[in-house]
Amino acid sequence: MSEIRAHNVWMEYGDQIVLESISVDIASGAFVSVVGPSGCGKSTFLRMILGQERPTRGVITVGGAALQAEPGPDRGVVFQRYSVFPHLTALQNVLIAFEIAESPFTAKLFGAKRKAASEKANALLEAVGLSENAKKYPSALSGGQQQRLAIAQALAREPKVLLLDEPFGALDPGTRAQMHALIKPLWRERGMTVIMVTHDLKEAFGLGTRLLAFDRPRIDPQAPERYGARIIYDLDLSRDGPVPVLGFSRPIEPSTTSQETKRSMPHA
Amino acid sequence: MRRAINIVPGTGTRILLALLPFLLIACLYVVVSAERRAANPGDKLLPPITEMVTSMDRLATEPDRRSGDLTLWSDTAASLQRLFIGLGAAAAIGLVLGLTLGLLPVASAGLSPLIAVMSMIPPMAILPVLFIVFGLGELAKVVLIVIGIAPFLVRDLAMTVAAIPSEQIVKAQTLGASTWQLMLRVALPQAMPRLIEALRLSLGPAFLFLISAEAIAAESGLGYRIFLVRRYLAMDVILPYVAWITLIAYLLDWLLARLARRAFPWAYVRETRR
Repeated sequence: MSEIRAHNVWMEYGDQIVLESISVDIASGAFVSVVGPSGCGKSTFLRMILGQERPTRGVITVGGAALQAEPGPDRGVVFQRYSVFPHLTALQNVLIAFEIAESPFTAKLFGAKRKAASEKANALLEAVGLSENAKKYPSALSGGQQQRLAIAQALAREPKVLLLDEPFGALDPGTRAQMHALIKPLWRERGMTVIMVTHDLKEAFGLGTRLLAFDRPRIDPQAPERYGARIIYDLDLSRDGPVPVLGFSRPIEPSTTSQETKRSMPHA
Repeated sequence: MRRAINIVPGTGTRILLALLPFLLIACLYVVVSAERRAANPGDKLLPPITEMVTSMDRLATEPDRRSGDLTLWSDTAASLQRLFIGLGAAAAIGLVLGLTLGLLPVASAGLSPLIAVMSMIPPMAILPVLFIVFGLGELAKVVLIVIGIAPFLVRDLAMTVAAIPSEQIVKAQTLGASTWQLMLRVALPQAMPRLIEALRLSLGPAFLFLISAEAIAAESGLGYRIFLVRRYLAMDVILPYVAWITLIAYLLDWLLARLARRAFPWAYVRETRR
């Protein structure tokens, strides 16, 4: 299982306290949206789960075991930018995940193994709607296509946890809606735990089953860095949850791509 | 009237404009050379083109009386061999150390200051040391080229590798990559175009060190020949040799540029869109 528990986690850079006393249990298979003002430590929280940064106090466990202190294949990630490798074509960008897994020394596959891995990579590209662009380099892809590729790449090792750091923040609204229509069925099919940091409240409420809002509850005007951010709202957004989500009606739980498309893009 | 910054020449005009300064210099040379010859029939400083052609024809087609070699070609072969071995060794050192320093913080902490200091040693100042340690043979000349350009390549590539966005490094780790795999599949390919660019920039210094080493102690080579015939004020050999060296360096530069664009098209996407 892949439930994530953080117990009394603090993050401090010298005198500056970024996060204080974060305690949260995230159920396996949840889609958690994380929102909050800029610089409140949302991305720091994500990087701690990723293993890129170590909390100064407290423990984080994934599936009961203490978190490894460096990124690993059990946690996939999609960043806002620079997520894909510019020197590899779309297909190679996904293929490299299998090559790394199966060929420790050369990180290259040949012959039958390469063929099998290419098929898997092509299937992933197809799942994100990129099969026609398999031979293009990322620089020839649009912003939305690059993020699709980053998602396909992140899914290749079948991670239990998928971390999204403002993945759609740089996209135009239409493309963003298409990406929402893509990510939700993928999450549902694969039963991953997804944690998504976002600035877009509509996105946060529309996609998540749970929403965490970070902010600093206390501010000392003489020492603004003295108090860090905490989780100030923790909302259950699942269908039978108690939170009324005004303006974001969810009459049916979309479970197929076409349903989700209809929901995210009512005018398309 | 359009602003000067908005006037862009077409292809034909561009070629014409590029050739113009070369033609002007050639004309100037012919005129000044003829005037000097008229004033002093024994003038050696600016020989006419015909004299240079005759000398070069002799060096390129008639076997040398002492060694039996065709001088121009044996000089070129000797020099190019030294140059290529030197450039190759420097590139290998640059790549290995550059990747290591750029990716591994421990290696960078231990070696970067040393390389920063060593790159400030003037290579020509330690040339006597090289001749004493490695003898007067080929090795000392190759080592001079390597010492001259390898520190630059190492630092340049280390910076390039360190500038790879951290997102890519983290991403590779989430795909399960080990340090070795990351170096091989993420850092190395992205360092290659920069290596070729850095080699292009190093061609000038590499020739400088090559000619210097040949001038001091050699038995063949382009630099050796120039410094040999200097005693006879043989400008009819020196000037064509300089032109020949320049042409070789220019062609190498052009070939490297073509190679980079052919082998790593992804690194030059912005250029082709222009």
